[in-house]
Amino acid sequence: MTNSEKITAFRTIVVKEFLRFIRIWVQTVLPPVITTALYFIIFGNLIGSQIGDMEGFRYMDYIVPGLIMMAVITNSYGNVVSSFYGSKFQRNVEEMLVSPMPNYIILCGYVAGGVARGIIVGLAVTLISMLFSELHVYNGWVLVSVFILTSILFSLAGFINAVYANSFDDISIVPTFVLTPLTYLGGIFYSISLLPEFWQTASLANPILYMVNAFRYGFLGITDIHLSVSYTIIIVFIIVLYSFSMHLLNKGKGIRT
Amino acid sequence: MTKALQIKDLKKIYDNGFTALKGVSLDVEEGDFYALLGPNGAGKSTIIGIISSLVNKTSGSVSIFGDNTDNDFALARTYLGLVPQEFNFNVFEPIGEILINQAGYYGIPRAKAELKADELLHKLGLWEKRLDMARQLSGGMKRRLMIARALMHEPRLLILDEPTAGVDIEIRHTMWEFLKEINAQGTTIILTTHYLEEAENLCRNIGIIDHGTLIENTSMRELISRLQQETFVLDLGNSITKLPDVSGCNLTLLDDHTLEVILPRERAVNDLFSYLTKHDIKVLSMRNKTNRLEQLFMDMLDKSEARGNAS
Repeated sequence: MTNSEKITAFRTIVVKEFLRFIRIWVQTVLPPVITTALYFIIFGNLIGSQIGDMEGFRYMDYIVPGLIMMAVITNSYGNVVSSFYGSKFQRNVEEMLVSPMPNYIILCGYVAGGVARGIIVGLAVTLISMLFSELHVYNGWVLVSVFILTSILFSLAGFINAVYANSFDDISIVPTFVLTPLTYLGGIFYSISLLPEFWQTASLANPILYMVNAFRYGFLGITDIHLSVSYTIIIVFIIVLYSFSMHLLNKGKGIRT
Repeated sequence: MTKALQIKDLKKIYDNGFTALKGVSLDVEEGDFYALLGPNGAGKSTIIGIISSLVNKTSGSVSIFGDNTDNDFALARTYLGLVPQEFNFNVFEPIGEILINQAGYYGIPRAKAELKADELLHKLGLWEKRLDMARQLSGGMKRRLMIARALMHEPRLLILDEPTAGVDIEIRHTMWEFLKEINAQGTTIILTTHYLEEAENLCRNIGIIDHGTLIENTSMRELISRLQQETFVLDLGNSITKLPDVSGCNLTLLDDHTLEVILPRERAVNDLFSYLTKHDIKVLSMRNKTNRLEQLFMDMLDKSEARGNAS
């Protein structure tokens, strides 16, 4: 395939993925917006007003970055895992497998689809948060780069989950029992400096902590983790997950017999 | 002439230890209309899966128009169009989008793909349904959608795995005409089917596979010529109670208006009719009791089974 043909193939997957989640926006875009609005009302407004400031910021303002990040993580992951597993289940993944398209285009196409949903949902949640909080951008570059990189990372993770999944149960187990606890314990609602020393150290094993803190730095200019450590962790994870995804695709794991 | 498909010593052992292919070698010439027949589980779909890279082979090699599916996979896949046995499209996608996306995977720009999709949707009688979701189509329409999808990138080799399964007679005939047309235009076609009449009508060459081994690979004409005898059923215009005695033919009276005749290959049908006419037996119509290829096919499978048991 020529480069221009590869770009056409890539664009085809991205547009298909985009239209897929837009077509069912009531299932894909609306729920995270409503859920986040409820978080703002309950944790930010009702409970948050009793908590007071967190590291010099109103509690509502403190949790906004983490809630946006949570929406980005769950939606990027959810988009790829459900779409690619759906393609496996209906066997229309074969449409791509019989084509001359290289495997990395398939992977990048699905990841771009996940990132697209992460961006749409992330922006929607950001707009909602503006009803409850006055958003200030401390460092736009950090904000955008962490947003995109986190979305890429969890799209890749969703892809791996979809490759291994053999049933619809398998695509909900990881988000329910791994992703959600890690997200909640990833410093969205609190600074890890509030935790006992042991739990502070334990929290460092949670990769989501690094993303939430880097993203919060982009908004508020505060973080529990040094920015360079966060970037290193995110990029290393992306490289590892990308390499592993390519290995699975080249081997045909779960898609070729 | 270029070989459209060259398979050499293809073996496949699945993870559960089942040997699906025991070293199949097969050539299909460019422009051919080739039937790949065999009973369920014989290995046909495994061969097709390996050719189209959906199944990993254990050993052997496959080349499509001279390009090896391992080393030159991109080129080899460009030549190939696949119509699988089972529906494998996204049922929640509009059918026009399914076609345009398929072209996109081959690097064909959307504007060009739209023109091709329009042409195929018209030709295959799906134009009115182009905006419908694939799940809204009937079984026959779904089959035609898969053919249209496989042709979006204008492949030189088209493989159809039981394309007319579950399709009514009228649509089946329309599909036959369409396949004959694209074959006449130069597309090499490999067809698997359980309708042996379909294979006999459409295909020039034939391969029969059983238990992972190619037990026959020849021309349809040569294969049919091996028939030692044919069984005909005659519908009679007048009632008869006594069987006429035609030397060399085996006759059975199915009822007073229906006669079954087993005619040896060396006997001319004219002889039979002359005799019946002489005895005032009027024949209204005549048909083969079973498809000729079906008879041969069953004989070959029986022999293959017997060889397997003997060894």
